Amino acid sequence: MTESIAPKVAVEFDALDSAEPNSPGAPPLILTADLSLFYGKNQALKNISLGVREKVVTAFIGPSGCGKSTLLRCFNRMNDLIDGVRTEGLVEIAGQNINSREVDVIELRKRVGMVFQRSNPFLKSIYENIAYALRLHGTKSKSHLDDIIEKSLRQAALWEEVKDRLHTSALGLSGGQQQRLCIARAIAIRPEIILMDEPASALDPIATAKIEELIFDLKRDFTIVIVTHNMQQAARISDFTAFFYLGELIEYDATRKIFTNPAKKQTEDYVTGRFG
Amino acid sequence: MNQKRQFTARRFAFSSFFFTGVTGLASFLIIAMLALILGNILYNGMGALSWRFITGGTQQDMFDVNKAGVLPMVFGTAARVILMTLFVLPIGVITAIYLTEYASGHTGITRFIRGAVSNLAGVPSIVFGLFGLGFFIHFVGQNMDSLLRPDDPKPLWGKEAILWASLTLAVMTLPVVIVATEEALRAIPQGLREGSLALGATKLQTIVRIVLPQALPGIMTGGILAVSRAAGEVAPILMTGAAYYMASLPRSLTDKFMDLGYHVFILSTQSPNIEQTRPILYATVIVLLLLTFALNFVAILVRAHMRKQMRLFA
Repeated sequence: MTESIAPKVAVEFDALDSAEPNSPGAPPLILTADLSLFYGKNQALKNISLGVREKVVTAFIGPSGCGKSTLLRCFNRMNDLIDGVRTEGLVEIAGQNINSREVDVIELRKRVGMVFQRSNPFLKSIYENIAYALRLHGTKSKSHLDDIIEKSLRQAALWEEVKDRLHTSALGLSGGQQQRLCIARAIAIRPEIILMDEPASALDPIATAKIEELIFDLKRDFTIVIVTHNMQQAARISDFTAFFYLGELIEYDATRKIFTNPAKKQTEDYVTGRFG
Repeated sequence: MNQKRQFTARRFAFSSFFFTGVTGLASFLIIAMLALILGNILYNGMGALSWRFITGGTQQDMFDVNKAGVLPMVFGTAARVILMTLFVLPIGVITAIYLTEYASGHTGITRFIRGAVSNLAGVPSIVFGLFGLGFFIHFVGQNMDSLLRPDDPKPLWGKEAILWASLTLAVMTLPVVIVATEEALRAIPQGLREGSLALGATKLQTIVRIVLPQALPGIMTGGILAVSRAAGEVAPILMTGAAYYMASLPRSLTDKFMDLGYHVFILSTQSPNIEQTRPILYATVIVLLLLTFALNFVAILVRAHMRKQMRLFA
């Protein structure tokens, strides 16, 4: 083929901006169909059907308790850890039903990484925090580890700040640095998807800006789904935005459309700050 | 009407003064009792305490202040406490891991185990002694003899031994270790477990490499409490391994042993000349206190070292 890359990207970008994300065409990387989730008798997600495109940033917004974090945790089966959780419906990643019996949850989580609201570095050195998962998944050689760790830290925009103290405790880092370390730790094992659960909500504005820049860079290599309370943040960094309210998906569209010309009144009220 | 609020105290705060006094007095009483006990022991025992006393044996006369020594008892007590720690720590830690990491919160089975643990903690120590005699010696030991050495009429396992005494003490101190370990595990934020699992670690890898290392100081606290409780106990070992007199130190797990706590009992009840024995009785108590303190001190040092390591780095 003689197709050059540049026009293709441009075409895709236009398509992304205007297209209805649920529309057929390029198959979505993550797909949910009629997904419902119950905590005991409490229904937290109600018949969610949406598709998440590859290598874009998709933001989940909505007031507290709307189910956005719960949905995020369905994508790497983190809800398995909670007693009494029951799901109905389908979650597919790259065409595979991830709740089926044949799926190895370890393999799934290697492909679908996660960054949490509260940074959670292990009580180990900066180096060991990243080496931990690499070693678990079979990387043994020291030079290979060194390479991946440097690359991950560079990609997480943390290398320059920590390169002289890789073997000191990760808990000595600032909050924002700790969160970038957690991102480095997640990308070191080369997942396809990174789930971010309010990754900047506990950080100051400068640290938040760094994380946002980072997310912008990371979408070249990864598919990112981010839950956020901060609507400016969703508007700044995401390509698509899904608005949830009381466990239901109210509206899902290109971010520009959600924030400038939403189809639903509820969405408009929320993004303009009239409730939430 | 005076609208200004006055902040002056209107009367002497008698109740505050009174309760400060009462609570302070109660606290002082504790210190006074401790000082009295230690003072009494030191006053009566220091005279008989000497290097010869600590390093000597009881071959010549265990009741004579000029000839008796306590080395065999120091050895026996230290050995049984260390052996007990080797048994109780792994079992207690594994139980606590099951309760906090694997068993789901409020099912019948976990409630049953927790109930069993608290009941175990409330059983009088002499009952553990009887249990050790009945279960470890008569049941386990004698069956081992009849299975492993059916032709030998002389029992090897089915008799009192330091192994059975240590195991009995381990059963007794199990609740202490379980409860301390459970607390240490619970104190570790759920976010760390999730962080590890989200990286594709298995539950076992998460527990072994992330959770346990961080819980280690808390687990050590359980060990220290168990050692403190066990070092001075006499009742559980009375029927399971402690000897009135032995000519030599125990050489294997199936030997009996002499014990400091039991020796105190012997000195205070079996001596032909109570007046002459009294100084060594007190000196033996001092040695028992020192040994308990030393065992604890070592464990506390190790724990402090671990905490420091954790703060500094990996």
